[in-house]
Amino acid sequence: MMSPATRYTPVAIALHWLLALAIAGAFSVGLYMTDLPFSPTRLKLYNWHKWAGVTILALSALRLLWRLTHRTPADLPMPAWQLRAAHLIHGLLYLLFFAVPLSGWAYSSAAGFPIVWFGVLPLPDFVGKDKELAETLKLAHHLAAYGLGLLVTAHVAAALKHQFIDRDGLLARMGVGRA
Amino acid sequence: MKRLISALLIATGALAAQATTLQPEKSDLSFTFKQMGVPVDGKFKKFEAQLDFDAKRPEAGKIAFTVDLGSVSLGDPAFDKELAGSLWFDTKRNGKATFVSSSIKPTGPGKYDVAGKLTIKGAARDVVVPITLAQGVAVGSVGIKRLDFKIGDGEWADTSMVANDVTVKFKLAFAGL
Repeated sequence: MMSPATRYTPVAIALHWLLALAIAGAFSVGLYMTDLPFSPTRLKLYNWHKWAGVTILALSALRLLWRLTHRTPADLPMPAWQLRAAHLIHGLLYLLFFAVPLSGWAYSSAAGFPIVWFGVLPLPDFVGKDKELAETLKLAHHLAAYGLGLLVTAHVAAALKHQFIDRDGLLARMGVGRA
Repeated sequence: MKRLISALLIATGALAAQATTLQPEKSDLSFTFKQMGVPVDGKFKKFEAQLDFDAKRPEAGKIAFTVDLGSVSLGDPAFDKELAGSLWFDTKRNGKATFVSSSIKPTGPGKYDVAGKLTIKGAARDVVVPITLAQGVAVGSVGIKRLDFKIGDGEWADTSMVANDVTVKFKLAFAGL
């Protein structure tokens, strides 16, 4: 058995990997669907993408709440700048977990298509139908999503560097292997 | 005597002819349907109506309604282009949709059931449209099934994607009613 302070709580670990999968999926669908010609497939993917985004938003809220109310494992020994960079990236990731879906939701509302979660639950529109605003929000959503993509890439690259170059067992904190 | 009668006939004919005219700028024709649960609104910008109606004798009334299908808009260029295409309204071959009444039945004060034939894309269906008439403005709505008229055919026929039920809403303002 390992001491509890070396890894995240099981709930935090489950949310991390579930959201990693969901965000990668929503991001890929987002990239793919925008180039499709107008078709049922395109509309279907847009709706799935929106449903996934709202689900990610809800789970991220849960995750943030969990994070703020539970202890995180101690930092592994590493240069101070790396720790600072890691914590900064974690903070920015959390920011974008909210900014990306919220900008997408607002974009959909401004474009005149309210989101009906899983085709069942109509969600409120925080902005009215507005063509110009929709264009701005579309750009904001795309920039935020690309920003999230870059941060995730940095986060994954750093984790792999720790695991396979430094061999410091970093991934055990997130439930992969033993510390 | 003959002259007098024909003069009277001409006079009444002239009165009837200028009786009622549609005021397009005060009228609306819109519709709502659901796309994967999401309500989508659209409208037709161009339509005409010929109304021959006397509130004292509603049963003798007649209405003919023509919609320019090419004037359809969902307010989104990608959707509008698709709607004009052959799987939807096919506006190149089917410029107009028509409704011609066959009977008007009063159902209450200022309320009528207008029965008639709705023709879109060559398919005709009998529909009953309940309307409310007040101050020269007829307001009402009617539910139709888009697939009855092959609106959204082929790959779009899947009703889990685009619902079969479409609600058509109208407000028609007439001058001289």
